[in-house]
Amino acid sequence: MFLTFLTFLPLVGALALAFIPKEKEGMIKQTALTVAIADFLLSLQLYADFDTTTAAMQFTLDVPWIEAWGISYHVGLDGISLLLYIMTTMLTAIAILASFGIKKHVREYMIAMLALSTGMLGVFISLDFFLFYAFWEFQLIPMYLLIGVWGGPRRIYAAVKFFIYTAVGSLLMLVAIIWIYFHFHKTVGVFTTDIMLITQQINLDMLQQKWLFCAFFLAFAIKVPMFPFHTWLPDAHVEAPTAGSVILAGVLLKMGTYGFLRFNLPLFPLASVEFLPYVCSLAVIGIVYGALVAMMQEDLKKLVAYSSVSHLGFVMLGIFAFNHYGLQGALLQNINHGITSGALFLLVGMIYDRRHTRLIKDFGGLAKVIPVFTVCFMIMTLSSVGLPGTNGFIGEFLILLGIFQNQMAFAIIATSGVILAACYMLWMFQRVMFLQITNPENEKLTDMTPRELCTMIPLIIFVFWIGFYPKPFTKTFDASITHLLTQITPKDNHAPQGHHASAETDTKIAQAEAGTHGTH
Amino acid sequence: MIAAPEIDLISLAPVLVLSVFTMLVMLIDLFVGKNKSVLVFVALTGLLLAAVSSFAKTDWPVSSFGGSYVVDHMSVFFTMIFCLSSGLAILLSVDYNKRENIRVGEYYSLIMFCTVGMIILASSTDLIMIFLGIEIVSLCLYVLAGIRRGDTRSNEAALKYFLLGAFATGFLLYGMTLLYGATGTTKLAGIAEALSHAEVLSQPILVMGVVLLIAGFGFKVASVPFHMWTPDVYQGAPTPVTAFMAVGPKAAAFAAFFRVFTTAMPELAPTWEVLLSIIAVTTMFVGNLGAIMQTNIKRLLAYSSISHAGYILIAIIAKGSLATSALLFYMLSYTFMTFGAFSIVILLGRAGKENLELEDYSGLGFKAPLLGLAMSVFLLSLGGLPPLAGFVAKFYIFQAALNEGYVILVVLAVLNSAISLYYYLKVIVFMYMKEPKGDFQISLTPITLIIIIIGLIGTVQLGLFPGPVISLAHP
Repeated sequence: MFLTFLTFLPLVGALALAFIPKEKEGMIKQTALTVAIADFLLSLQLYADFDTTTAAMQFTLDVPWIEAWGISYHVGLDGISLLLYIMTTMLTAIAILASFGIKKHVREYMIAMLALSTGMLGVFISLDFFLFYAFWEFQLIPMYLLIGVWGGPRRIYAAVKFFIYTAVGSLLMLVAIIWIYFHFHKTVGVFTTDIMLITQQINLDMLQQKWLFCAFFLAFAIKVPMFPFHTWLPDAHVEAPTAGSVILAGVLLKMGTYGFLRFNLPLFPLASVEFLPYVCSLAVIGIVYGALVAMMQEDLKKLVAYSSVSHLGFVMLGIFAFNHYGLQGALLQNINHGITSGALFLLVGMIYDRRHTRLIKDFGGLAKVIPVFTVCFMIMTLSSVGLPGTNGFIGEFLILLGIFQNQMAFAIIATSGVILAACYMLWMFQRVMFLQITNPENEKLTDMTPRELCTMIPLIIFVFWIGFYPKPFTKTFDASITHLLTQITPKDNHAPQGHHASAETDTKIAQAEAGTHGTH
Repeated sequence: MIAAPEIDLISLAPVLVLSVFTMLVMLIDLFVGKNKSVLVFVALTGLLLAAVSSFAKTDWPVSSFGGSYVVDHMSVFFTMIFCLSSGLAILLSVDYNKRENIRVGEYYSLIMFCTVGMIILASSTDLIMIFLGIEIVSLCLYVLAGIRRGDTRSNEAALKYFLLGAFATGFLLYGMTLLYGATGTTKLAGIAEALSHAEVLSQPILVMGVVLLIAGFGFKVASVPFHMWTPDVYQGAPTPVTAFMAVGPKAAAFAAFFRVFTTAMPELAPTWEVLLSIIAVTTMFVGNLGAIMQTNIKRLLAYSSISHAGYILIAIIAKGSLATSALLFYMLSYTFMTFGAFSIVILLGRAGKENLELEDYSGLGFKAPLLGLAMSVFLLSLGGLPPLAGFVAKFYIFQAALNEGYVILVVLAVLNSAISLYYYLKVIVFMYMKEPKGDFQISLTPITLIIIIIGLIGTVQLGLFPGPVISLAHP
């Protein structure tokens, strides 16, 4: 229940905002922020209560929803989703705080933000395909509005592109889901959309796995985004308002990698191994391509956007390393990227608010004028580069460690991405912060306000915390990774698996059968 | 030789009740003065009673009139949908008719007569009866489409619809005669029985008959390539009539379409399956791609309704009991979202200026947040986004089709869903992302508000908690 409460709290807050007169902008902002912060603080309780020794789902709730089809409202968290969940509540609060400067339609903006939060949280907790798909699509709408209404000059183009890309990908996933639904009934005899049950019991041959893998792959690869499905990302990022970019980079992209971990690997282990070279190839192409394109960008926001393509390539590589280090690194880098690129987008947004430009050539020598800003920017730049002592180092190091063991060639190419990252980030930093002040307007810049500092401080803390002592984070997902690895190690899939089913599963099947009586 | 068929008037109860009330409406119209609101009341009472009386027989399926009329869960469910859609159409017309000076007496009775035809259409198991139903429905619609006599567009719509409709009816009748010629009976069950013999099945005129039937029904449900009339007629007809045409009569035609093909000709399925698959796919593509180009909201919704016909055709192709319930569920969801969308279209219009261009919707989302939200909900539901009725309805149809193994068909349908999102979003783009052009003068009357709320409740309820309706549709 607590998890459901946390997930829907922002939506309830959004409904409450609808009743505040739209002239009272201050009150609207404060209410939205209060709800978001409350949600974050309460979600910390999840971390405290989380049992790190087990890979089982925790905080679960399973109530029948559409009984005729065997669909239930089944939610829960495990090591893979816990940190993503907490990061989402945190980034929502930060994004709302960073949006206090919004001028038009403040109430609607905050409503969209909070609704978005519920949609994202729902994706991470859903343990039922139908529910998952509902949340997956639901969160598109507020994000679409955020980009389209409060975005930059080409916002409508970017918003529609974002929506259509994601929708196309996920619709094929829907077909795959329905196919699995019937296949599961044919082989196991139950109509259910329960992810845990299906993952445990499903029996697919190689060909089926390949097709299904591709359907799911498209949905998630677009979301991640992997090369060559990434073209919506720079548009969406550049046009989105600052907070939109933060959420987009911080959370929405993670839904893609989360999808791979939750669905592709455990459901289609044979196909995952089979497609490994292709996925890894796309990942390293993404790493190098993203980095090279980022290097050539003149727009700060675009640069950060392309660096996301590169960094997410690392995460994908870590996932497909298929070993403990790689997965650990991927999960950690998920969080790291959320923190670091979220922060970078915030910083770019701050400077854009002051100068109304994001072009690198318009800046130069900012370090003398706005030192606090420069320090924050530097920390995040170094974290993005992966300097030892920051979070980025731990994540990338683990990923490379993992991939080196299995795929030496990919690892070598990927390592060049680390160097390239240093090139484009430091070169950018140099051109923006150092050198002489060429533009007189830059001399009048004001440093960060206390509110802006408030948005940065928690992120900075996490940069160093994960950088120096990642144990509290990694320990949450160790058990889940071990479990995931046992799921994806190739096993004889043609053998009937009914005997292996635990007592718990048998009861679940009995329940499902009782629920679907008289149907079909 | 032919035994006198048993007359089972109780099975006919909804038809009889509705006919009596229709005549009442016409009579009362003569005696009341300027204030015609009592007619609305009488009409709605008639529809309500008709809906209730459809439960007069509960031991489904009850076959009567020598096997040419049936009361089963499909016909009862459809009767509900018809009464609901006609009721909504009448409510929707109250303010519109006042604004456009339409004589309401014949207007309401035409809608009700049309409903009678629809109920017959959905309950008939005999080709002759089906033809009768189609004629009753079509004749009423021809008049309704042209009821704004002073308006050239309305006249154009009526004439176009009539001419093409007459042709289509001819095709349909010809198809029926060929079927009769091959099998020697007009009863659907009899045809199915006759077709189980190989020597009957091998007759070439059967194929001809099937093709002509598809053409006839295809016109009535506006599937490609018999859809040409739709945008013009939808645009020209009075908006409440457009909404009505897009839902009720279409659902009725689908009911008959479904019954004829799945109960009478399962033996011929290999023939018509291919043909219908091609038609379904082209219908979806033409509807969706056509809608992308539209700048007029009524034409956009017309094309959107064409594409929806494509999705529904998949249910016919899938056959089976799952497909039946998917069809029922889809039509019900479609009723709610279509009427919701049209009610807002009507609301934005005013005398002399209908505000039907997409431009006229600029900024609506912030000027009238609740209307904007409601319109978005209806459009997104039409586009098939969860957790709304349109999504569950599509999910249901895809389920039925995948269960029968039509993977490619479903993949194409899904791609079309994605295309359709583009133009539904386009309306939302105008509502939320463009600056308002002029002032909105929205006079929200209680009646329109009721329709919008009914639409919203239906759309959200069927999306979030479809369980009860699914079990109704799938006994």
